[in-house]
Amino acid sequence: MEQFASLIAASINAGTPLLLAALGLLINERAGVLNLGAEGMMLVAAIAGFAVGYTTHSPMLGFLAGALSGVLMAALFSWLALVLATNQVATGLALSIFGAGLSAFIGQRFVGLALPSQTLSIPVLKDIPFLGQALFQQHWMSYLALLLCAAIGWFIYRTRAGLILRAVGESPESAHALGYPVRLIRFAALLFGGACCGLAGAYLSLVYTPMWVEGLVSGRGWIALALTAFATWRPARVLLGALLFGGVTILQFYLQGIGVTLPSQILSMLPYVATIVVLALISRNPDWIRLNMPASLGKPFKPGAS
Amino acid sequence: MRDLWPWKLELRGTPSRAMTYLSPVLAIVMTMLLGALLFIALGKDPLAGLKVFLIDPFNGKRAISELLLKSVPLILCALGLAVCFRANVWNIGAEGQFTVGALFAGATLVLIDVPGHATPGSLGLVLMIIAGILGGAFWASITALLRDRFNANEILVSLMLTYVAQLLLMYAVNGPLKDPNGMNFPQSKVFSSEFMLPMLMSGTRLHIGFAVTLVLAAVMTVFMTRSLRGFSLFVGGTAPHAARYAGFSSRSALWVSLLISGSFAGLAGAFEIAGPIGQLLPSVSPGYGFAAIIVAFIGRLHPVGAVLGGLVMSLLYLGGELAQSRLGLPSAITGVFQGMLLFLLLASDTLIDYRLRRKAKV
Repeated sequence: MEQFASLIAASINAGTPLLLAALGLLINERAGVLNLGAEGMMLVAAIAGFAVGYTTHSPMLGFLAGALSGVLMAALFSWLALVLATNQVATGLALSIFGAGLSAFIGQRFVGLALPSQTLSIPVLKDIPFLGQALFQQHWMSYLALLLCAAIGWFIYRTRAGLILRAVGESPESAHALGYPVRLIRFAALLFGGACCGLAGAYLSLVYTPMWVEGLVSGRGWIALALTAFATWRPARVLLGALLFGGVTILQFYLQGIGVTLPSQILSMLPYVATIVVLALISRNPDWIRLNMPASLGKPFKPGAS
Repeated sequence: MRDLWPWKLELRGTPSRAMTYLSPVLAIVMTMLLGALLFIALGKDPLAGLKVFLIDPFNGKRAISELLLKSVPLILCALGLAVCFRANVWNIGAEGQFTVGALFAGATLVLIDVPGHATPGSLGLVLMIIAGILGGAFWASITALLRDRFNANEILVSLMLTYVAQLLLMYAVNGPLKDPNGMNFPQSKVFSSEFMLPMLMSGTRLHIGFAVTLVLAAVMTVFMTRSLRGFSLFVGGTAPHAARYAGFSSRSALWVSLLISGSFAGLAGAFEIAGPIGQLLPSVSPGYGFAAIIVAFIGRLHPVGAVLGGLVMSLLYLGGELAQSRLGLPSAITGVFQGMLLFLLLASDTLIDYRLRRKAKV
């Protein structure tokens, strides 16, 4: 039983960065922008967060630096994808390649350093048998991510601004005709996505590992992108997916723990293989994807040109 | 946002052909200028910095041979990616296809190259190269299959498969393919020289694969510009409706482009094993497959362009190594330059469809 509780706790820990990143990407994609640069934003944020957290001894400042660097990376993407209306797929790839290079470059002198591990336990609640260990001994960022998930659900479905965001994603032409500043809204959505991916990257280097190695994010940005589609662009399902994928990440350590003799490299393939399998399963029915996907996703909007 | 930018983009009547070819040049020049600024920001002499990227790689026969050697995997991967991108198939997993190619090629040699073997060197070499091609094509075919049968997004699938491929290689060199006399290092044995590619220039590491690469670029030029199959790929990519009307199948475009791309990447992996590396290592690729995406775009998705782009990218790799040894900068600076180059290329490409006009004062 105790083992099961720790498995849940570890899944939440591993799912937190996926949740944060996927929520940010969900807002991007609801506004109709596909940012394949998530991996790059997370990498740069991971090293920025680590560097600041390590030198100032303040994880809080580390998170701030992570979010800020995510925003800066997203701004770079926005300039190309929104102002110059470049191909979003190619631009996102460029952001990922750039982020990988930049983070490796900055990170060179931080390789091998480590931060003290930090968790938070909520008084009283942490003493509840089973639930206390499973749910109430996480880092505060995990709870913040949960709050963010609820807030985004409320924002998208219950506020006027959320409705406008969705309108921009479904039909930018109509939103434009109604007088909404399509590109400005997309810009704001992208910056928000950058901040979320930044927090996710910083969580990886400040809390999850907590250290810096080159390529630390190891595909989580891409998995988060797959998660938004898996969740059919709904926040509650993003939460479910993030926990599931967090669980899959943890499963490899769990399996090793209970004496499964598969080589560790094979077990490490689990999250990637699971992503591929999930992608294949959810994409099988094109109508279902078409029904749920923001209609203008990935298409540049050029006012006056269309 | 509009007022921060004093210029406006005005749609050209027709896309500018001149800008199509000028844009990569512009992007390279701007990358170097930004690079100079980066060197200044790092407290280095910008001229010395640019020298290691632009001049030192041409300094002497040895340096040039290394430049050409490093361009081989880049050009090969980019030749295949150019076909994919033209067909609008977003294969970004060339890195994984390269890795599996190297793995299959290396595994073949581990099987053949045993003490007292009776396999002639040339036969072993041919077998390992075929294995490499098959490995790359096999890895790409997974992406094609999932896209074809399940409509799964090829970007994410091919990328996830790259991570799987790297773990597969790690497993192999830590397990079945590990050199039993290798002091427990995660690597295969060093293969006998009889199975290695013949050299093109004596006294250098430049192997015959470079010549093969140039021949393949010529073949691909004919394929893409002169053959019906190449044309149908291109139509399928740019005008899917027209392609359907003409009876060109998008399914066959998917399979053909991915299999070509995987084969080329696998061949590149085999060449690295049978060329400069000579054994199977966890680090067979310093990101060639990803860099080749940039090469394909810089080369305008044309085989001749891929050759030129591959040479430029090779400069960036060598420059990064030299920046480390001569200027004390991390060699990862190559990645920064790569990213900047692709960004600037995308920005410059705007000028193909648009021209810059100063905004009229209101």
